Amino acid sequence: MSERLAIELEGIDKRFGAVHANKDIHLKVAKGSIHGIVGENGAGKSTLMSILYGFYHADGGEIRVDGKTVTIASSQAAIALGIGMVHQHFMLVENFTVLENVILGAEGGARLGAGIGRARAELKRLAADYDLKVDPDAVTGDLPVGLQQRVEILKALFRGADVLILDEPTGVLTPPEADHLFRILRVLRDEGKTVLLITHKLREIMAVTDEVSVMRRGEIVATRETSKTSMGELAELMVGRRVLLEVEKTPAQPGAPLLTVEGLNVRDGRGVEVVKDVSFQVRAGEIVGIAGVSGNGQSELLEAIAGIRPARSGIVTIDGTRVDLAAARRDPAEIRSYGLAHVPEDRHRMGLVTRFHEYENAILGYHRDPAYGRGAFLDLDAIRDTARAEIEKYDIRPPDCFLKTANFSGGNQQKIVLAREIERDPAVLLVGQPTRGVDIGAIEFIHKRLVALRDAGKAVLLVSVELDEVRALADRVLVMFDGRVVGERAPETAESELGLLMAGAVQEAAE
Amino acid sequence: MMAGQMPRWADYILMPAINVAAAFFVSGLVVLAIGENPFDAVRILVWGAFGWNEGIGFTLFYATNFIFTGLAVAVAFHASLFNIGGEGQAYVGGLGVALACLALDRFVPWWVTMPLAVAGAAAFGAAWAYIPAVLQAKRGSHVVITTIMFNFIAASLMVYLLVNVMAKEGSMQPETRTFEDGGRLPLLDTILPGVDFGSAPANLSFVIALLACLFTWVLIWRTRLGYEIRTFGANQTAAVYAGISPVRITIVTMLISGGLAGMMAVNEIMGSQHRLLIEFVSGYGFVGIAVALMGRSHPLGIVFAAILFGMLYQGGAELAFEMPAITRDMIVVIQALVILFAGALEHMFRPTLIKLFGILSAPASRAA
Amino acid sequence: MSLLTWKSWLGGAAMLLASSAGLSAEPALVYSVGGKFDGSFNEAAYRGAERFAAETGESYRDFEIARDAESLQALRNFARRGADPVVAIGFNQASAVSGAAADFPDANFAIVDMVVDAPNVRSVVFREHEGAYIAGLLAAMASKTGTIGFVGGMDIPIIRRFLCGYREGAASVSGDVRVIFNMAGDTPAAFADPARGAELARSQIARGADVIIQAAGGTGIGVLQAVADAGKLGIGTDSNQNGLHPGHMLTSIRKRIDTAVYANFMDARAGAWTPGVQELGLKEGGMDWVLDADNRALVTSAMEAAARAAEAGIAQGRLSVHDTMRDGECPL
Ligand SMILES: Nc1ncnc2c1ncn2[C@@H]1O[C@H](COP(=O)(O)OP(=O)(O)OP(=O)(O)O)[C@@H](O)[C@H]1O
Ligand SMILES: [Mg+2]
Repeated sequence: MSERLAIELEGIDKRFGAVHANKDIHLKVAKGSIHGIVGENGAGKSTLMSILYGFYHADGGEIRVDGKTVTIASSQAAIALGIGMVHQHFMLVENFTVLENVILGAEGGARLGAGIGRARAELKRLAADYDLKVDPDAVTGDLPVGLQQRVEILKALFRGADVLILDEPTGVLTPPEADHLFRILRVLRDEGKTVLLITHKLREIMAVTDEVSVMRRGEIVATRETSKTSMGELAELMVGRRVLLEVEKTPAQPGAPLLTVEGLNVRDGRGVEVVKDVSFQVRAGEIVGIAGVSGNGQSELLEAIAGIRPARSGIVTIDGTRVDLAAARRDPAEIRSYGLAHVPEDRHRMGLVTRFHEYENAILGYHRDPAYGRGAFLDLDAIRDTARAEIEKYDIRPPDCFLKTANFSGGNQQKIVLAREIERDPAVLLVGQPTRGVDIGAIEFIHKRLVALRDAGKAVLLVSVELDEVRALADRVLVMFDGRVVGERAPETAESELGLLMAGAVQEAAE
Repeated sequence: MMAGQMPRWADYILMPAINVAAAFFVSGLVVLAIGENPFDAVRILVWGAFGWNEGIGFTLFYATNFIFTGLAVAVAFHASLFNIGGEGQAYVGGLGVALACLALDRFVPWWVTMPLAVAGAAAFGAAWAYIPAVLQAKRGSHVVITTIMFNFIAASLMVYLLVNVMAKEGSMQPETRTFEDGGRLPLLDTILPGVDFGSAPANLSFVIALLACLFTWVLIWRTRLGYEIRTFGANQTAAVYAGISPVRITIVTMLISGGLAGMMAVNEIMGSQHRLLIEFVSGYGFVGIAVALMGRSHPLGIVFAAILFGMLYQGGAELAFEMPAITRDMIVVIQALVILFAGALEHMFRPTLIKLFGILSAPASRAA
Repeated sequence: MSLLTWKSWLGGAAMLLASSAGLSAEPALVYSVGGKFDGSFNEAAYRGAERFAAETGESYRDFEIARDAESLQALRNFARRGADPVVAIGFNQASAVSGAAADFPDANFAIVDMVVDAPNVRSVVFREHEGAYIAGLLAAMASKTGTIGFVGGMDIPIIRRFLCGYREGAASVSGDVRVIFNMAGDTPAAFADPARGAELARSQIARGADVIIQAAGGTGIGVLQAVADAGKLGIGTDSNQNGLHPGHMLTSIRKRIDTAVYANFMDARAGAWTPGVQELGLKEGGMDWVLDADNRALVTSAMEAAARAAEAGIAQGRLSVHDTMRDGECPL
């Protein structure tokens, strides 16, 4: 096993206009190892992996796979070389079934029927071997993000990848799910496969990788054996300064309720009850965290409150204004006008129009605001000024409001959404997964912003699958399981106790 | 999928140019195959369209039609709606024009009739797009299907009206009476000093078409509504999140699209035919789809694409006239090739071109 | 390409045009939308021109327009090159002819199927309803079921007038004869949809029709096919269609566009061309019905006698066929 190299990169260089995304990258990845890559948002990790996967063409440099120099002109070429990829942003056809997505592009000739039969068997085997359970006939778009990601992993495995690239795979997973994934990765490694793992979570790096490389501003600044480094060292290497890994905040001083939810019931597209009779309050000056395994109704809860998803019944009161969510005409714009802002969980599907310039996304949902135009017309200068100010304040990189949003790195896209919603100074802020895909330096910043909003007397409702994050930020924790709030706890409550609640083990006790 | 890198000018100018060149190349082979000289053919075609005043006039006349129908398709495209009912909307738009002209032409000068005719065209065209829009917005019936069905319904309606209601007494032709001067737009060459387009019917509508381009540009890129249209077209989930009502946007966009298509009738009916007659749209609505594709749904691109198609129509007629071996059907083949290369095969040369730009820019960036 | 070479390049095209323009005084023909070989209307005009060419050994020029807007251009192009006369086929070219005639007062134009009132235009129109009358009469006499059919193309006045003549002819045989009629559609495509024609014919047969006339251009080909397949009788129009299904064609009502074109060309050649309106019906031989080897056996002597009598009556003005376009709504 020892020093045979699966991947060697020599002097890889890539520019996007003025952005030097990869600078003279040298990287050796041993066969049968798990190699971690960490780095700030926009450091160039995804770009490097995209070059390896044939999405982008390097401006210069050489790639060797199994010791042989190769050119990878397309993802088909990468797949042929045994390189598989699980993307940071899923590349699934939403209205295909899981099975169709898995075989997409690998249909195996004209006889689709036979291919599907074989694929179904193979999928069953993979699901059994790696404990990756997904209903092969479910429509992919209906699945929660967590399950969609399993589909992505299955897709790569199905193509017989020897080298598996995972770009921030755990961003959407709960800790137990992540542990599960890591078990899979270890099995893969032990079978002689090679794994390249990008993540912002240093804990995961420490837990699962054999080696780790740190990227900063397009360069690899260090490569370490995992056993010989620490989270602190890695964080410093990434950001270039010491990073606070804890949230600093004073005890909350809650005031009057700004957000009241009463008797909320929501059904999903298939008519399944996903939010069941949920009632709670968020007071001024407090952060209420909702903990739960993804897919237990948290996403639907946020969307229903924001007026995006129809509710069967339920009243919300936002800063004194009562809204019947079950009324025929729910209008997210109206609810927003009462002082509610919403950072959606899935920035790509909902929070951004990736095709737009950055500044256009800076007003998404606020485009009717008199500040951004006169009458029917938009005032582009005012919009761009707002965008530039937010870019500056949130250190969005590159600082170019004309750049197409799709061309920002994942973490920077997240900051665009956060900046837009927080800077509107709302009475109530709903945030879903605020730090998904965000680097540790930025996490620190975002946490500070949320706490500052709280301290300014606003109400924050936080949904996160990161239990650590919920515990660190929230003043009260509500646990959701199977569409219900099954308990309320103080954030200091032991992780094990919360874990049991989240797993539904003590549901009866709570009722 | 991450988009490849290509300068904007290449996307907007080089790509279409290459596509047109390819279309001409293949057309040239066809011309060669029937034993004519392709270079002479191109020469006659270009000369016929641009080489003499009357030719230019005709080219502009056809281009005017294509600008309107192209804009109609483009506006809907921005909302991800595929309005292929421009044909029927323009046809019914003609009714709006004709009603205004028939009512007023004997009493007022053209410049009084014109705004009403334009408004009538837009209103009738929009009305014809309204039902498919509502069906799409509220019932999910796809506009592609419903608009095309409405093309047929428009044809039936118009024939019924022209045969039974509006036809002038004792005429064999299903058409209204000819408008008096108060129902006729001035020809372009009578407004522009020193220009003579011969008998070509290029008229004031060309100016209206350019104004419609400006209107569309402002609408799409400078108004809140345009922002909503583009958001809705690019990401419907994000649009809902942003408080943009899919129902409202679908309907409003289709109304604007239908209105623009309807305005094509101003050019044909008030600008050239001076009477309402059957089948005056004769395919302009469909060619608008190709024009919008080729013009990248941008008004400026649409003007150029419309002039290109105007050239193909006018030069093509001239070519059929001069080279009897090149029949009318051959001209249709050439036009179809342009549509094919500019529309359907749009992506054929793109990857190569992107790669080329990648190679060209690589040394430059290393030197930097 | 510099402006200069561009200009000379285009100049070359102009030269090319000039060379082909050298032949003057040729007669010219501009077909209606639909193309030269449409199997009826335009093709009849083409045959007339060909007959001229064959008999005189002289050439002529022709042009197919793709849409009405091209017509004016084509007419002017021919006039500018000295073509004489310039004959336009089809009512849809009327406004173009009047425009071109005004622009070129010294050139001679002719239009078929429409009246254009200008000093240098000859207008040739046909009294189609007279031919239709004969068709209706023969159909009614040939029918065993007492039900006869009519399949029209597009629902326009000219087709309605034809229908009215047909019904009058049928009624002249017996008031009990039932005429089923359908129009194929509302667009010009209704003249080019044989499948639709066949479908309509079959439905008429199902309702009892055993003689069906087609007035639907290309669509009519399908009508006649369906009629022949069902063993019934069909009636052709415009040109002689008896040969399509010998034994199943009762007759064909011809509209002599070929003669009109031929006469125009010949008159001009002889220097005897005159402007004005020519209205052609049974009397002038502009309309006729065909009796040839293909349908001889189907037309009894009684039928032939009745048809000839009606023909003579119409020609002599004793019998007048209702003209919906002049006299208003069909009285039947
Ligand atoms: N197609 C593109 N066009 C222009 N710039 C791009 C493009 N793709 C990436 N970039 C820029 O290149 C830089 C590196 O981006 P990349 O996506 O590789 O970052 P990353 O390390 O994956 O960040 P994150 O952790 O936020 O996902 C960023 O500044 C980004 O804006
Ligand atoms: Mg990334």
